[in-house]
Amino acid sequence: MAHFTKATSVKDWLNQRLAVEKLEKVMMSEYWIPKNINFLWAMGMVLVITFALLLVSGIFLLMYYQPNVNTAFDSVNYTIMREVDFGWLWRHVHGVAASVVFLIIYIHMFTGIYYGSYKKGREMIWISGMLLFVAFSAEAFSGYMLPWGQMSYWAGMVITNLFSGGSLHADGLVEWIRGDYVPAQAFLNRFFMLHVLLIPLAIMGLIGLHFGALRIPHVNNQDGEEIDFDAEAKKYLDGDKAGSKVMRFANDFMSKDMMVVGIYLIFFFYLVFYNYGFAMDPVNFDPADGLKTPAHIYPEWYFLWSYEILRPFSTNVGLIAFAFAQVIFVLLPFLDRSPNTVPANRRGLFAVWFWLMLVDMIVLTAMGKVPPSGMFSTIGFYAALTFIGLWIALPFITKMEKKV
Amino acid sequence: MKNKEPLILVIVVFFSLLTYYLVEPFAHSQMHKHFESEGFTYKDLPDLTKKGDAAKGQELVMGAAACVGCHSIEAAGMPAAMEPQAAAASYGVNPPDLSNAGAVYDAKFLADLIKNPAHALKVEHKFTPESGKMHPMVAFYGAGGDIDQEVADIVAYLQSIAVKQEELTPKMAFETACGRCHAVHYENWTQIGEKPKFKHEKDSLAFDIKVLEYEDSIKNYMGKLPPDLSIYIRSRGEHFIKTFVEDPQQYLKGTAMPRVGVNAEAAEKVIEYLEDSGDTKRHERESVGKNVMIYIVIFAIFALLWKKQVWRDLH
Repeated sequence: MAHFTKATSVKDWLNQRLAVEKLEKVMMSEYWIPKNINFLWAMGMVLVITFALLLVSGIFLLMYYQPNVNTAFDSVNYTIMREVDFGWLWRHVHGVAASVVFLIIYIHMFTGIYYGSYKKGREMIWISGMLLFVAFSAEAFSGYMLPWGQMSYWAGMVITNLFSGGSLHADGLVEWIRGDYVPAQAFLNRFFMLHVLLIPLAIMGLIGLHFGALRIPHVNNQDGEEIDFDAEAKKYLDGDKAGSKVMRFANDFMSKDMMVVGIYLIFFFYLVFYNYGFAMDPVNFDPADGLKTPAHIYPEWYFLWSYEILRPFSTNVGLIAFAFAQVIFVLLPFLDRSPNTVPANRRGLFAVWFWLMLVDMIVLTAMGKVPPSGMFSTIGFYAALTFIGLWIALPFITKMEKKV
Repeated sequence: MKNKEPLILVIVVFFSLLTYYLVEPFAHSQMHKHFESEGFTYKDLPDLTKKGDAAKGQELVMGAAACVGCHSIEAAGMPAAMEPQAAAASYGVNPPDLSNAGAVYDAKFLADLIKNPAHALKVEHKFTPESGKMHPMVAFYGAGGDIDQEVADIVAYLQSIAVKQEELTPKMAFETACGRCHAVHYENWTQIGEKPKFKHEKDSLAFDIKVLEYEDSIKNYMGKLPPDLSIYIRSRGEHFIKTFVEDPQQYLKGTAMPRVGVNAEAAEKVIEYLEDSGDTKRHERESVGKNVMIYIVIFAIFALLWKKQVWRDLH
C-alpha cells in the first residue's frame, strides 16, 4: 500500500489519492499540440460541445417524453412544445444539434482525409472516429423514431425493411428487429431504449477510445511535418515558448478551441431560433399513420448520400452498394497505399481524388432528396458509380504516388 | 508562412451552403407544387354591381330567401333549431351560423354562394347530374325582383349584423370558416364546439359520442374525416395553408374540401389561430432568441480576447 502523509492542503489530500497534478499535466498542461494547425483542428472541441448540448437538452426532454404510440406524438408536440416551460427551446436545441453535429462530423472527417491524419500510427484514431460516426448515425435514426410522426413511422418502415436483404427475404429478421410485423409499440419502446441508454453509452465509451487513440501518435499538423514532441516540449518548458514547435493543450490550444466554439455557437443559436426548419421536417408534424404513405419519403440530410447509393440500382445490387458505402470509409487507412503523410495538395492525384469525392458526396446528397425520376435518377446513378469507382481506384493511385 | 485560415473558412462555408441549398430550397422546389396567393380576391367571381340595402336583406333572409330554415343567426336572436350532430346527419355538415358570415367571407364570394353554392365552393365535381347528388344548400333563385339586387341586399344584411373587422378574433374567424369540419384538439376544439369541462365522466363521454356521431356524418359527406389542424402551421406552413384555403383544387384536383371564401383579413386571423395552436411560443422564441444571441456574441468576443492574450507569447 502506498504511503500517505497528513495532507497540507485540499489539493495535496487529493493529490495523494488521485494524483490530480499528474492528471492535470497528462490531460492539459503537458498534452502537447503542434503549433502549425488551423481552426479545423478545433472541430473536436466543437463536437464535444455539441454532444454536451445534445446530452443536456436530451435529459430535459426525457423528463416529459412518453414512449407510447398513443401519447408519444402529443407528449412532444403538445406537452413539451406548449405546456413545459422552455420545452420548445430544449426541443429545438436538441433537433438542431442533432443535425448540425453531422455537419461538423463531416467537416472533421474531410479534414482528416485531406491532411492524411489516418496514417502512420493514427489508424486507430480514424477507426474509432468512424465507429463514432456509426454510433451517431444509429443515435440519430433511433431518435428520429421517437416523435412518432409520419416520417418517423415511414423511415422506420423503410430502413428496417433493408434488413430483409432483398432476394434473401429475411423477413423473420425484420420482424425480430421490429418486434412486430410493422413498426408499433414494441418498436417504439426498443428504439427509445437504444436512443437514451445503449447508444449513448457506446458513444461515450467510443469518445474515450477516440481521445485515447490520440495520445501516442499525437495530433497531426497542417504541413505533414514530423515533430519530435519530446525535444520541442523541453524547449517550451525551458522558456522558449515562441521558438518551440508545440504548445500546451490547456490553456494554449484550448483558448483557440474556445474562440472557434464561440463563433460556432453564434451560428448554432442563430439556427435554433431563426432557421430550425431544415432540422425538423414538416412531414414529421403529422402523426404516424400506417394507412397513409407520405408522397416523398427521405431520410435526414446527413444520410442522403448513402441512401442515394442504395436507390438507383435494382434491389440486390443497391443493397450491396449500400453495404459497401457503410463500411468503406473505415478501411481508408489500409486502402491508402501512399507513404506520404502530407496534405492532399502535395499528393498529386490524391488531391484530385479528394475533391472529386467531396463533390460526388454532395451530388449524392442532393439527388438522395429529390424524387428519383428523369434526370435526377440518371445523375444519382452515375454519382453512385463514381463513388464506388473512386474507392476502387484509391489503392492504385496512392500506390503510384511518389515519396515527397 | 502565410495564413491559410481565411481561405479554408471560405471553402468550408461554401460547401456547407451549397449542400444546404441543394437539400432544402432546391429539393423542396422539385418536390412540391408552388402557387402564389391572389390575395383572396377571387378573380373568377363577378363583382357586385348593386348596392345592397340591409333592411331589405333582413326581410329576405327571414322570409322569401328562407335562409333561416337551415341557418341559425345567433346575433339576430335566432338559435340553432337542431344540435350539430343532428343537423350534420340531415345535411352532411352542420349549416353555419350566419352571425359573422359578413365579416369572415368575401362579399363577392357570398353573393355567388347564394346564387350557386357548388360553383362558389368549387365542388361542382361532387354534384354532377350523373352523381345524382345535390349540394345540401339550396340555391337562391330570386324573390320576384332583380335577383342581383336581392343578393346584394342579403350580403349587406349579413355584413350589418357581423362584428366589425377589427373585433373579429382569430377564434371567431377559425370557428366560422374551418371549425365545423376540422377539430383542433390542442385548443380543445371539436367540430361541434369547444369541449366544456364536465364534472362527471358520463357527461364527458356523452359529449364525445356526439362528436363521434358528427364525425360519422362528415366522413360520409366528405369521403374522409377532415384532418385535425392542431399543428398544421408546422406541418404545412403559412404559405401552403393560405394558398390551399384560397383554392384547394389547385393543389388537390377533385378534393372534397370546398373553397372557403374567406376574405384577406379573416385569412390572417385563421393563420393567427393556427399559430396560437401549433406555434404557441413564437413570441417567447423571438425574445429569448435575441437575448441568447447577445449573450453568445459577448462570449465569443471574450473567447477571442482570451485567445489573443494566450497566444501573444507563442509567436
